[in-house]
Amino acid sequence: MAPPDINRTIDAVWRIEASRLIAGLAKMVRDVGLAEELAQEALVTAMARWPDTGVPDRPGAWLMATAKRRAIDLFRRDKLLAKKHAELQRDLEEEEQEAPDYATALDDDIGDEQLALVFTACHPILTPDTRAALTLRVVGGLATDEIARAFLVPEPTMAQRIVRAKRTLSEAGIPFEVPRGAERAERLASVLQVVYLIFNEGYAATRGDDWLRPQLCAEALRLGRILAGLAPREPEVHGLVALMEIQASRTAARTDAAGEPILLLDQDRRRWDRLLIGRGLAALARAERLGGERGLYVLQAAIAACHARARRAEDTDWRRIAGLYGVLHALAPSPVVELNRAVAVAMAEGPAAGLAIADPLLAEPSLAGYHLLPAVRGDLLFKLGRREDARAEFERAAALAKNTRERTLMLRRATEAAN
Amino acid sequence: MRFAVLVKADERTEAGELPSEQELRDMGNFNDELVKAGIMLAGEGLTDSSKGVRIRYEGGRKSVIDGPFAEAKELVAGFWILEAKSKEEVIEWMKRAPFQSGEIEIRPIFEADDFGENLTPELRAQEDRQRETMKARQEAAKG
Repeated sequence: MAPPDINRTIDAVWRIEASRLIAGLAKMVRDVGLAEELAQEALVTAMARWPDTGVPDRPGAWLMATAKRRAIDLFRRDKLLAKKHAELQRDLEEEEQEAPDYATALDDDIGDEQLALVFTACHPILTPDTRAALTLRVVGGLATDEIARAFLVPEPTMAQRIVRAKRTLSEAGIPFEVPRGAERAERLASVLQVVYLIFNEGYAATRGDDWLRPQLCAEALRLGRILAGLAPREPEVHGLVALMEIQASRTAARTDAAGEPILLLDQDRRRWDRLLIGRGLAALARAERLGGERGLYVLQAAIAACHARARRAEDTDWRRIAGLYGVLHALAPSPVVELNRAVAVAMAEGPAAGLAIADPLLAEPSLAGYHLLPAVRGDLLFKLGRREDARAEFERAAALAKNTRERTLMLRRATEAAN
Repeated sequence: MRFAVLVKADERTEAGELPSEQELRDMGNFNDELVKAGIMLAGEGLTDSSKGVRIRYEGGRKSVIDGPFAEAKELVAGFWILEAKSKEEVIEWMKRAPFQSGEIEIRPIFEADDFGENLTPELRAQEDRQRETMKARQEAAKG
């Protein structure tokens, strides 16, 4: 009996196999762009054949063998690549003698190849947006139209961006490898940044009316979890996973029936996802067990965990949060972190103490267009009973908000302050 | 989307027979793959039903019934909670599970939105009542 929808099945196989396939091919041809094209051609062949033959028992091995054959054809025509040819032919013969067992996927080699793929897709030579798109494509196994939709750009634009990215990597001769030594830390930071960028693109939706684009959050979480499997000894990887799990746990509570945002302290915490919270706290514990100095993601996860542990908003350990923001600010000074510290201190010690930290930030040029500064000041002024000042700040925040829903929220608070 | 994958019991699991070392290793490897693919949220094996109990609710009356229970095929011997893009993705993964015989069942888990808004206002009201009660108790404790 044929499966009900072969295309959906092929789609699923692709999603499962894409990164392993592309990573394996990239190791051979030493070019992620070429590897991705070979894998795509194998997929096209599968789409033509599988509806008649059914999905093979080991679809991953089938796709890999098909892609390698395609590579050999290509190399025969291109003398410059002839050196690679013999090597590939040998690989293919060995494989046909002993077809790779599914369990071989557990080999460290394959883990290393996939990690090399992540590092290459997130190479700093590409812009962060491009890194994100390429990572979703070659590691996440998403189709170009899905990535385009997620980033709100037309499909041809996204296709072009990906083509250019592959060309850039190829022309720059970026080696397909897991960086070592001092370079590794720097490159890992780029990988984590890309994953968190994807998550935030989904979580915060800075453009358009959608408060949340859950698909991107789910993809980023998946990438983070994959990364934790590939690089289990990196505390920051677990820190990032913990941060995303905990933030994602609030998804159902973040908006009301009308789609209006609900701020953290007003959320119905019983709608928080306990499974994700549990996973987030476990990931944070793993990061802390690995030791070393706490990095940016571990610290942010520790802050998110303080909220997650509080069953009621009034149980929040604000002193601890204020302290963690202090450590974070010392590690990577940022006016946004300082603004968050102002909020935590206000909660722990009262609005006046918070305002004392927030006020100097008015002189910070990088915050001039940042709507959360007037939003926070408005809130603290309101609590101090300075309603007229509060109203002006909420109106300023509304004017600066990038998101329709946030603007509405700020205008409502301005009205509230005026009455 | 989240899915529950239910592993059905059979005569062996119901007899309390433990998996062989090889079976444990294969299952461990498979779980490892699910974790590394970033799709496994949780998963557990259950003891045989002789160690379980049932509670039956009938017209407000509750009766507790000790295991074992008949009809092994209708019992659950284990489960996974997976996060995947589609049901087909779960099917493809589960085709790779190291089972030689038996049956599993894949069931989508309700998303919060599936419940609609019926649940929320009611839940909110419930929480408000609980908070009031807590407050009242705290006030009373202060005397």
